[in-house]
This record gives sequence, C-alpha cells and structure tokens, in this order.
Amino acid sequence: MDLAHISTDSHINHSHDHDHDHEELSWIQKYIFSEDHKVIAKQYLFMGIMWAIFGGAMSLIFRLQLGFPNASMDWLQPLLGDWIKEGKLDPEFYLALVTMHGTIMVFFVLTAGLSGTFSNFLIPLQIGARDMASGFLNMLSFWFFGLSSIIMMVSIFLETGPASGGWVIYPPLSALPQAVTGSGLGMTLWLTSMAFFIVSSLLGGINYITTIINLRTKGMSFFRMPLTIWAFFITAVIGLLSFPVLFAAALLLIFDRSFGTSFFLSDIYIAGEALQHTGGSPVLFQHLFWFLGHPEVYIVLLPALGITSEIIATNSRKPIFGYKAMILSMLAIAFLSFIVWAHHMFVTGMNPFLGTIFMFLTLIIAVPSAVKAFNYITTLWRGNIIFTPAMLFSIGLVSFFISGGLTGIILGNAAADIQLHDTYFVVAHFHLVMGSASFFGMLAGVYHWFPKMFGRMLDDTLGYIHFWISFVGIYMVFFPLHYIGIAGFPRRYYSFTGFDFTRSFTDLNTFVSIAAIITFTAQFIFVFNFIYSIFKGRKANSNPWKSNTLEWTTPIHPGHGNWVGEIPTVYRWSYDYSKPGASEDFIPQNVPYAHTPESNLPNEVDPVAHKH
Amino acid sequence: MGQTIKIDDNLASSNRPLSMHPKKFALWLFMVTIVMIFGALTSAYIVRKADGNWLEFELPLVLWVNSIIILLSSATIQWAYFAAKKDELNQVKMAMTITFILGSLFVIGQYYAWSELVRMGVFFGGNTSNPSGSFVYVLTGLHALHLISGIIFILIILVASFRYKVHSKNLVKIEMCVSYWHFLDFLWIYLFGFLILYN
Ligand code: HEM
Ligand SMILES: [Cu+2]
Repeated sequence: MDLAHISTDSHINHSHDHDHDHEELSWIQKYIFSEDHKVIAKQYLFMGIMWAIFGGAMSLIFRLQLGFPNASMDWLQPLLGDWIKEGKLDPEFYLALVTMHGTIMVFFVLTAGLSGTFSNFLIPLQIGARDMASGFLNMLSFWFFGLSSIIMMVSIFLETGPASGGWVIYPPLSALPQAVTGSGLGMTLWLTSMAFFIVSSLLGGINYITTIINLRTKGMSFFRMPLTIWAFFITAVIGLLSFPVLFAAALLLIFDRSFGTSFFLSDIYIAGEALQHTGGSPVLFQHLFWFLGHPEVYIVLLPALGITSEIIATNSRKPIFGYKAMILSMLAIAFLSFIVWAHHMFVTGMNPFLGTIFMFLTLIIAVPSAVKAFNYITTLWRGNIIFTPAMLFSIGLVSFFISGGLTGIILGNAAADIQLHDTYFVVAHFHLVMGSASFFGMLAGVYHWFPKMFGRMLDDTLGYIHFWISFVGIYMVFFPLHYIGIAGFPRRYYSFTGFDFTRSFTDLNTFVSIAAIITFTAQFIFVFNFIYSIFKGRKANSNPWKSNTLEWTTPIHPGHGNWVGEIPTVYRWSYDYSKPGASEDFIPQNVPYAHTPESNLPNEVDPVAHKH
Repeated sequence: MGQTIKIDDNLASSNRPLSMHPKKFALWLFMVTIVMIFGALTSAYIVRKADGNWLEFELPLVLWVNSIIILLSSATIQWAYFAAKKDELNQVKMAMTITFILGSLFVIGQYYAWSELVRMGVFFGGNTSNPSGSFVYVLTGLHALHLISGIIFILIILVASFRYKVHSKNLVKIEMCVSYWHFLDFLWIYLFGFLILYN
C-alpha cells in the first residue's frame, strides 16, 4: 500500500505564507515562548499535571479531616503552618481547600489542561495544517494561563487565605470579607486570575475554531474529520459563548466588592449594622454563573468524549458506530447545555413553573448523552478489542459517564433535587460524570498520543496497574458518597461529627478517605511512567496503534510545520478499520480509493482531477 | 453514506469552500464574545429590573448627540474603505483622520454623559446608588473601553496609510478595522435603544 502517496495536484496549503519554518530559533523561542502548537500543547500538559497533583493533594487534606476527625494533624504543621491549630485543621482553611480544589480541577486541569493540551496538539495534526491559524495568539493564550496560574498560586499563600466561598463563588459569601477571611484579598486574586483565565480560554478557542474552519487540508471535508476534532470544535464554540458571560458576572462582582455597587448585594445586616449595599440580587449572580457553569461541565467533558471516540474505534478495529449520530448528539448537547442552567437553582425560590420547564429541558439532555454511551458500547461490540492502557481508560470513561449520568437524571427532577441539592449526592454525581470521566479521557489521551508527543512509548505494565487502581479506587471513593448524600449530609461541611444525624457515617467516611489516599498515590505511578518514558521509554514507530488519522503520517519527531514537504491530501473518513476486502485492518485517511479497489464500496471513487 | 461521499468529493475538489481570511474570521469570533458579554449584562439588567426597587431617571440628552457622532463616524470609515479600494490614498488619510476625531469625540461625549449623571444624583456606587444607575455606567463604560480599542485600531490603520500600506491590493487590515468599527457602532445603537426602552 502506498502510504506516502504524493498528490499530483498543485493545491498546497497556502495559508502559511507567514511562517518561516527553517529559521534557527533561540532556546527561549523554542521552548518558552514557542509558537509551535505541539510545544504549546506540551506546556499545557505539564502545567495541567502540576495543577492536578496540587489540586489532588488538597483534596487529601480535607479527606483526612472528614475521614479521621479525631486524628491529630500536627504532622502537617510544617507544610500548612498556622492553618493547623492545636492539631486540628482550621475550619476556614477547610473551606479554602474545597474552593481551591474545585477551581483548580474544573478550570486549570480539566479545561486548560485538557483542551489546551489536546486541542492544540491534535487540531493541526489531524486536520492537516502546519500550525494554528495564529501561532502568536496561541502562545499568548498559554501565557495568559500562566499568568492566571501564578496569581491563583500566590493567593493560596496569603495570610488571610485564598477564596473560600466555593468554586461557584456565590455572593454575598464571596463579596464580604466579614463572611470569611478568604473573601478579602484572596477573592480579589481569584477574580483577577479568572479574568486572565477567561482571556486565555477565549484566545485559545478563537484559534481552534478558526483553524478548524479555515486550515483543513485538501479533501478534509467536515464529515471526514475525526470525532476528536468535532469535539474540540464544539467545545471551543461553547466556551466562546459562555466564558464571556462569566466575565460579565465577575466584572459585576468586582464592582460590588470594590466600588460600592449593589448588583448582587441586597440589604445586609452584620452584627446589627446595615451595610451600605441595597437593592441587589444574589440570585442574579447564580443565573449568570450557571449560564457559564453548566456549559462549562460540557467544555470539560466533550474533549474527553472526543478522545474516547478515537481511541475506542482504533482499538476495537472497527468504524465508530453512528459517526453522524455522534456529531449530532454533541451538537444537541451543546445547544441544550445553554438552556438548562437553572437546574442548579431549583431551591433558590424560583417560580415552580419555571422549575418545571428547566426540569424538562434538563431531562432531554439525557437523550443525546445516552446516544453517545450507546454508540461507544456498540463500537466495542464484537470488535477485535486491543486492550492498550489508553483503551482501558476510555472504557473506564464510558463506565463513569453512564453511572454518573444516571444520577444526573435523578437530580434533574426538581422534586428529588429539593432533598438532594447541596448534599454529597451531588458531589458523587459530578465527580463521576465530570471529574473522573474527563480525567480518564485526559489520561487516555496521554497514553494514546504519548508516542506522537515524545517519540517514545509509555510502559504498558505500569499503565495497566495505574488503570486498575484508579478505576476501582474511584468507584470506592465516590460510590459511597451517594448514600451519604441520600441520608442528607450537606456538602462543604467541615465536621461530620458535629450533628447527631451524621455521626453514623464516620466508618464510611474513613473508608472513602483511605480509598482516596490509595487512588491519589497510584497517580504517581503514572507521573513516574510519564517522566521516565520521556527520556528512557521504548522508541515508538511512526504508527504504533495502526491508526488512520493524519498525525501518524508525520515524521516520528515532527518539526515546526509538521510535515516535511507537502501536506497529505485526504481521501476518506478516518474510520476505515477492518474494511471488508482490505488487505490490512486499517486504511489511513491519505490513501486514495484508487489504491484500494479490493475494498471500495460502489460509490467510493476519487474525485476527478479538476481543471486548473 | 453514498450520497454524502459524493457531496464530500465535490467539496474536496472545489477550492476550500468555507475559506475566509483566518484573521478576519478570528475577528468575527472576537465580536461574538463581545456580543455575549453585553448580552449577559443586558439580560441581567432585565432580570434585576423585574425584581423592583428600581430607580427611574432620564438619560442625559448628550447621549443623542453621541449617537449621531458615532453614526457619522461609521459613514466616514466606510468612505475611507471605498477610497482605499479605488486607491485614492489622500482620501483614505482624510477619512480615517475624521473617523478618528469623531471616535474620540464620542468617548469624550460619553464621559460628559457620566458627569451629567453624577449631577443628576445618579451614582455608580455608594449608599445612594441603585443598580439601575450602576448598570448604565457599566454598559457605557465597557462599551467605551471597546471603542477605545477600536480607536487604537484606527490609529494603526492611519499610520499604515501614511506609509502607503493601505491600498486596493492590501485591504485586509482596513477591512477588519471597518468591520470592527461598524460593529461597535451597532453595539452602541443597541445599548442606547435598550436603555431608552427599559429605563
Ligand atoms: C444526564 C445528564 C445530566 C443531568 C440530567 C444532570 C443534572 C444535574 C443537576 C440537576 C445538578 C444540580 C444538582 C444540585 O446542585 O442540586 C447537577 C449538578 C452537577 N452536574 Fe450534572 N447532570 C447531567 C450530566 C452532567 C455531566 C455530563 C456533567 C459534567 C461533565 C455534569 C456535571 C455536574 C456538576 C459539576 C454539577 C455540580 C455543580 C456544583 O454544584 O458544584 N453533569 N447535574
Ligand atoms: Cu448543570
């Protein structure tokens, strides 16, 4: 099979006249302020991993508090200093930890770390472009994220603590330092950091969309794009429409906090004294926040689903089941994600009729979600499954997506949600469906594309061990939380032993905490594997998974510009696996139909060479 | 599948069907984000207003003058564009200069409107402020901020035009500038109409 087929057509990618690929760049331009999408992707990945370790470690500290409320935490004093008082975790610091954990995981790891890494890495490689539409904006996007990260990091070390009002930063809690000390300077830094983060996301998103629409190689029509690209595309569109709304909300909150306006603050009395604010509406903030907040959960999930589609099809050696249905479901999810936000607000005293409408819309989302889950399972069905670590993590994702999605349907019912809102049931729901599923998608992506990123392979055995401990561990951590939630235990409470009705759960909580410690520790198997393999891993060949997509047609170590010589032309979709009649079980996208007469369907002919 | 493959191949053999200049395209996406910000703010305005406790006041009359100024500036920048297309370089410089002046006048006028508001006792913050007034400041202020970015863009084009870099063979930058300026103009008309309607 002639994989290195060179098109005789003269249409080369013209959009890169501004690139000077062969100039010698200084070290700083190459590795720090690089404009190469592959380097930027790795920067996002390293940063994401760093934040994930940080955010994960925070959760361990508050899990220790919840699981072992009587144990002394003196041994943490060298690390946490004054946040440990007489062997106990300071209750305000507990809130700060929960807030930072949520913020870091949702935004820094699963938004920037996930989209930043894989949209950057895969979009140009899989659509056949030399780089992003604007390498400069792309570099800027990463460094805005860098700036945002630094500010958030600084806020953690403030004496008054970082923001502590929850990752959803509801006012008045987040607006008044009298509520919690973290709402002082900590919150100011949180807002500043997030403002830069939003700029970063928007710059990134604008670049992704522009690149996908304008820079596809010849023959790469929309319906030949791998589902990864569709997922990144839709994710970027969602981000483009929702992040500005968070920006607006943050702006108004900044004015309320620092300029004496009253958008979100109604008449408030503290210790008998009236504050000067009057006439604001805290519920208004929740509307604005969740208008971003709900789409945000799909910004986090869709890239992981896209990665999964690619990995499951490749390793089942089968075309993805329902390619167009997958695209349609993602479009439907994206559309619906903008009109369901108030399901986070069923108990804010909203008009019950309105609640019913939001309940109805929310439950409709279950339909496209189920279509996707169904399609993954049918793709696996009777495939020649190859259990690579990436494949296992993808299957794990599907499992989390289903078990967490089911509880979403329960929560979506306004009547049930009145009982379950703000309990550990919600925590269990979103940690499975969003946290764990997306995290697994990210890991699957790293396992799968590591050879393309670093030219070496990750160790499989370590990968399997990592998978099994994580998979079992995550269920051990989050499954019991459903029961704790149904029993009515509210989230974000410092002490499980403070009330009679929750005392009975100490055992279960100890169990959860131990499982969390094991699961977290197991992640270092991955970190070790990752770092070790970058330097010492087995050398990869050019297409280790026998995959169809274009990135595997580049050199093993692609330079800036990705392909040496002309960009390959695309002749078919990316899912020609195990095609009847074909000599091999995969046919890469750049192989013309003329080369595969034995497997062509009657209507599959190459486009006739056209007039010039 | 059959039908789509036919269509796909047609697309493939034609010349990049959806291709638009990537930078222009990115600018449009940027404008979408601005629309979303103002969409969010004006929706918040409506929601908040429905809650009651809403200060009613007259908008400063100068806003009408400003609106006329910015409409005029849209016309002059369009004139600059037509001139560039016809390689009338002197006209380009003149029209862009006038646009620049009109744009600056608009910003000054908006500032004047703020001082009018203060004189009327409508404040941004503090214990006598009401969200209805604060919203007016936020909407006009944020718009003015974007408008200043537009003025900077105009300045860049103006400098380029003095270096003979704006002509019929090099229209991309001025086209982007014109689109952005019209957009900001349109955005203001929307905001002004909105404030009149919902005040
Ligand atoms: C079948 C689809 C789903 C339905 C019907 C659903 C429904 C809900 C509802 C009603 C809540 C609010 C619970 C409460 O606070 O009382 C909720 C919370 C949440 N859901 Fe889902 N959900 C679904 C899927 C997802 C997916 C796919 C994700 C993420 C990828 C997700 C992420 C979240 C998060 C992060 C929260 C909690 C936010 C917070 O309060 O901190 N959900 N879900
Ligand atoms: Cu939601």
